[in-house]
Amino acid sequence: MPPGNARMILKGIGVSPGVAIGKAFRVDRDRVSLVYYYLPSPAHTEKEKTRFDAAVDKAEADLKAIKSKIAGEFPEHSFILDTHIYMLRDRMLYNETIRLIEEQGINAEWALRQAVENAQLIFAKIEDEYIRSRISDVDYVAERVLENLTGQNRRSVAGIKERVIIVAQDLSPADTLQLQVEKTLGFVTDMGGKTSHTAIITRSLDIPAVVGLENVYQAVRSGELIVVDGYAGKVIIDPDEELLNYYYERQYQLENYRKEVARCAELPAETEDGYTIKIQANIELLEEVVAVIDNGAEGVGLYRTEYLYLNMDTPPDEETLFWDYREVAEIIYPEMVTIRTLDLGADKIPSRMREWGETNPALGLRSIRLCLQEDELFRTQLRAILRVSGITKNVRIMFPMISGLGELHAAKDILNQVKQSLIQESIEVDPDLQVGIMIEVPAAVAVADLLANEVDFFSIGTNDLVQYALAIDRVNENVAHLYEPLHPAILRMVKQAADAGRFAGIPVSLCGELAAEPLYAPILLGFELDSLSMNPMAVPRVKKIIRNANLEESKEHLKEVLQLSTASKVNEYLCNLAWRRFREDFELFEDEMGRLPVVNGNPQ
Amino acid sequence: MRSIHYGTESQMVRKEFTVRNKLGLHARAAAKIVQTSSQFQSRILIIKNGREANAKSMLDIMTLSCPQGTQVELCAEGKDAAEALAALAVLFDNKFGEE
Repeated sequence: MPPGNARMILKGIGVSPGVAIGKAFRVDRDRVSLVYYYLPSPAHTEKEKTRFDAAVDKAEADLKAIKSKIAGEFPEHSFILDTHIYMLRDRMLYNETIRLIEEQGINAEWALRQAVENAQLIFAKIEDEYIRSRISDVDYVAERVLENLTGQNRRSVAGIKERVIIVAQDLSPADTLQLQVEKTLGFVTDMGGKTSHTAIITRSLDIPAVVGLENVYQAVRSGELIVVDGYAGKVIIDPDEELLNYYYERQYQLENYRKEVARCAELPAETEDGYTIKIQANIELLEEVVAVIDNGAEGVGLYRTEYLYLNMDTPPDEETLFWDYREVAEIIYPEMVTIRTLDLGADKIPSRMREWGETNPALGLRSIRLCLQEDELFRTQLRAILRVSGITKNVRIMFPMISGLGELHAAKDILNQVKQSLIQESIEVDPDLQVGIMIEVPAAVAVADLLANEVDFFSIGTNDLVQYALAIDRVNENVAHLYEPLHPAILRMVKQAADAGRFAGIPVSLCGELAAEPLYAPILLGFELDSLSMNPMAVPRVKKIIRNANLEESKEHLKEVLQLSTASKVNEYLCNLAWRRFREDFELFEDEMGRLPVVNGNPQ
Repeated sequence: MRSIHYGTESQMVRKEFTVRNKLGLHARAAAKIVQTSSQFQSRILIIKNGREANAKSMLDIMTLSCPQGTQVELCAEGKDAAEALAALAVLFDNKFGEE
């Protein structure tokens, strides 16, 4: 146990490694959560009214400033701002708030909220639908005033001014992507699991993060000093000096280890007995290519292409996609970039799709199914990828969520049509373009031998494979503990897919979060895969472990592991192996990772 | 900006109007009424079927709910009541500059 004390220590799931020490900043996902209180005495009424007045004044000044900025260009918008300015001083809001402060002795936030609720009741009775919907203007105006009252911009994470640790109940993938990396020291949330999208993004941005804390949002105040230990999955609120020093020291040691690992990141992952496995990177944003190169990844094994489609009312056009893909491909050249076609749906949903209201999105119209239905969407993306392939010759296409040959044929048919039309337009397409699929639906594992005959490569996507095979929603914290990547069923499925690929003579990669886990590296090696693809940050350490490993040994270990009956037995086996064989790479993370158990007298 | 008024005596003026613009007294029209009314000291009410709305309150006017064709009575009370009503009459007559 670390020395010292703290006001509170919360345990969650560490999803992005590293230690962050800094001030907490609470972020509201949608609505401002307000502090309501009675004023201590009538003497405070005047002060409260003045405070409210100042907040309204500031809101008015802000709106006027915006108005003067846009008045010439957008008279229509400037009129909306006028109505907002009038609403600020409207008696239904302004006078009513003042009255409530005076008569009920409550704080301005509470009074204004009540005034808004009263207005909502009045608006709700209006027959005219247009006018009824204008209550949203009232909400908007009140929100601005509330923001001024509490003195911080809580509307979006994009407005953060200093370097802070973000504390939220939950953030959508779109919210997470808005995080300004340079302003974010760490990241903690109530919800989420190890493979939630948020976890994946924070990891790829190298921001220490702990999720699934359940009540951190309630427990922490903005401005409070907190420590995020992304390895241990702990959040320490208001530590005393002794504990704080312990974490500064730990931060320092981890940093040193990381530097040591980073120094040899460029070296290939070649085992003691001469087997080389390619270590590639998963990326989501063009910006991440820098991390790919810095961390010594050998190409991009998975380029997730959804980002450009999120937060947009209309899908991006071909040129936008073309330039995005081309830039990634050119920077990564001569290494390969595997571009996965659109995997929209489930937890990655663009705004216009939300209204479809899927009851079971993970099993719904998503990914390749969506692309096969929304033909044009798919063709536009394929055109962009194919055009890039003709120029850079280092891209591969990968279809996600293929469940069998029917879907594969349908996707390939469209691909061929698009290819033909490009050729007719005299646009060059890479004649050796490789087309592969993700193996992430259990059905695809079962027919992997059939699929292997018709594609150029496999990439085993363990995140979804675990979810579908174990029937566990990976973002549902009620069942998150059952999400076991080491479940014997998963290991056997990986084996089956890897063997089918090897038998057919096509390369097989593994690109889930599983690949990024240093503890698993020794047995993953035993599958004799061609490459592992992971978040760029994980590359150097996995490479280091593989360089210290031995293929023949790993094959033996895998053989034994495949006979084990439960995930926890597999985990125990791997922990022992790590401790015996790769101690220097694990001891710093030892008890903190909470998964190196005391077995056979091994030190804890 | 305050208008010149004829005397120091408070007066009350009333006049009937029909809302003639297509969209009725929605946000934009209401904003114009508020903008105009606020230039006068008089208390100004818009009355529809006995329900009153303060002509200096956007939300009051909007929630009075006056679509095209609604009959309303404007009632101004104060030293500049006559000018206020005249100014508002212009707005109603030219349909708030809309269709």
